[in-house]
Amino acid sequence: MIEILSASALATVQDLGRVGALQWGVGTSGAMDPLALAAGNVLLGNDDGAAAIEVPVFPFQVRFSEDLAFALTGADCAARLDDTPLMPWWVAQARAGQVLTLGLPQGTGWRASRAYLCVAGGVDVPAVLGSRSTQLRGDFGGHEGRALRQGDVLRAAAPGNGRHASGFGLLPPALALPLVLDGVPAMRVLPAAEYAHYTEASRAAFWAGEWKITAQSDRYGYRLAGTALEAADVVEMRSHGIVPGVIQVPPGGQPIVQMRDAQPSGGYPKLGTVIEADLWRLGQAPIGSRVRFIETDWDAAVAALEQTHAWLADARRLADLYRRQRERTRA
Amino acid sequence: MTPTHPVAMPPTITPLGTSALLFEAPGREMALGTQQRMWALAREAGGWPEVREAVPGMNNLMLSLVRPPRVLRDIEARLRAAWAAAEPLPLEGRVVELPVVYGGAGGPHLADVVAHTGLSVDEIVERHSTPLYPVYALGSHPGYCYLGGMDPRIATPRRKVPVLSIPAGAVSIGGAQTGVSASAGPSGWNTIGSTVMRFFDPAQDPPALLQPGDALRFRVEKVIR
Repeated sequence: MIEILSASALATVQDLGRVGALQWGVGTSGAMDPLALAAGNVLLGNDDGAAAIEVPVFPFQVRFSEDLAFALTGADCAARLDDTPLMPWWVAQARAGQVLTLGLPQGTGWRASRAYLCVAGGVDVPAVLGSRSTQLRGDFGGHEGRALRQGDVLRAAAPGNGRHASGFGLLPPALALPLVLDGVPAMRVLPAAEYAHYTEASRAAFWAGEWKITAQSDRYGYRLAGTALEAADVVEMRSHGIVPGVIQVPPGGQPIVQMRDAQPSGGYPKLGTVIEADLWRLGQAPIGSRVRFIETDWDAAVAALEQTHAWLADARRLADLYRRQRERTRA
Repeated sequence: MTPTHPVAMPPTITPLGTSALLFEAPGREMALGTQQRMWALAREAGGWPEVREAVPGMNNLMLSLVRPPRVLRDIEARLRAAWAAAEPLPLEGRVVELPVVYGGAGGPHLADVVAHTGLSVDEIVERHSTPLYPVYALGSHPGYCYLGGMDPRIATPRRKVPVLSIPAGAVSIGGAQTGVSASAGPSGWNTIGSTVMRFFDPAQDPPALLQPGDALRFRVEKVIR
């Protein structure tokens, strides 16, 4: 079991998201960086979609009340287990009583904003409608349907998992699958239904400009600031289904990218969608930083998703191989 | 049936990234006949192997995909053919009656609807509580229902500045639509009253109280002027 020691709010239990509940008005939730969550699980030998703690506010501290293997992925937070520094994207073994501290995210060039604390077997909270992700609107899923608080105690589903295979890690996908344009983190965008309604100048500005992630950005959506986008004609939309990644443009012309806690339907015009393969990049972009968008098409978007899946499959193959070798050495 | 010629006017199909497709009926109105055809299309497409969920919106349908197909042509052609063949599916579910307290602390924007429409409070309450509102679709937040059938004379534009949180049970008007919040959350709609009903319980199967084809009726419990 682990106990949350920090008072910092907004940490939540997440898995890869709740699918199949849109018919009841329930959005997906899930990790803002699904690749980091899956990679942490791969390091532990868990299923890709085992639940973990998503940490967006630092410092963050937990105490282990049992011996437990864990993995840290996502933001590099200069983590320490008691006084021992830990590598990012690494598996480690905690002993009962030890305290894990995540400091401020660091990194030159690419600095991520969310860390994932994965534990052996995953965080053991009940699956609700097929997922352990926290659904804040409606107060269900995750740990009691809410963000974690100081004093909360979470169980690992299989504390025996990964016990003999700590002390190895992965090269983060930000390094293995980089996407940077003119020195700025970039995401590929597939144009959406109302793209053609924007003026040519606005469309050009969208691709050419840097977009600042404003302080009004969270798990629900990223409000961006940049050159205001102008529609050539006003479109009155009927409410329709949307997915995380959809870039809506309210009347003010400053786009909002829908993120994991976004409602599953909307009525604002849609300029495009950050493709599934790149949404983790945006999910990791810190408030105040700038991002760029790259126009893509269906074929390239599908290929990018396959590349992401291949990276994860490769990571699993290597992690499994390493674990087997370690077990043999011990036997 | 629909006032447009749905077979003659082509629907549009656009991708929402690689995880979903949006199918939209032509036109801008929200007709029950079109919606009934959309329910039929949802039933059909929901059974296709590459479709995880077929989710009706307001005269449109989103298909969330298990995995993106290599090419879109095939599924687009099947969607168009299924739409052309779709007969209205006249779902008639149960009718749920909700007692509403109009105005007062639970209806802080009733005055804005009065100001916009030029109608009296009593006229607005009467027009709002007369129709039987069919549930067209679920969306927005867990258990929330998009309703058809509101009297266009009480239509009131969405608020310029959204309210940070309106409570569960808030009865509101946004443009030509009305609805009831299933849980507390931000809203740009005008709240004209309040009711008490649990629309969503994740422990139940199904978790949502209502589904497309069911209907809501608002009963006037009290009017606070």
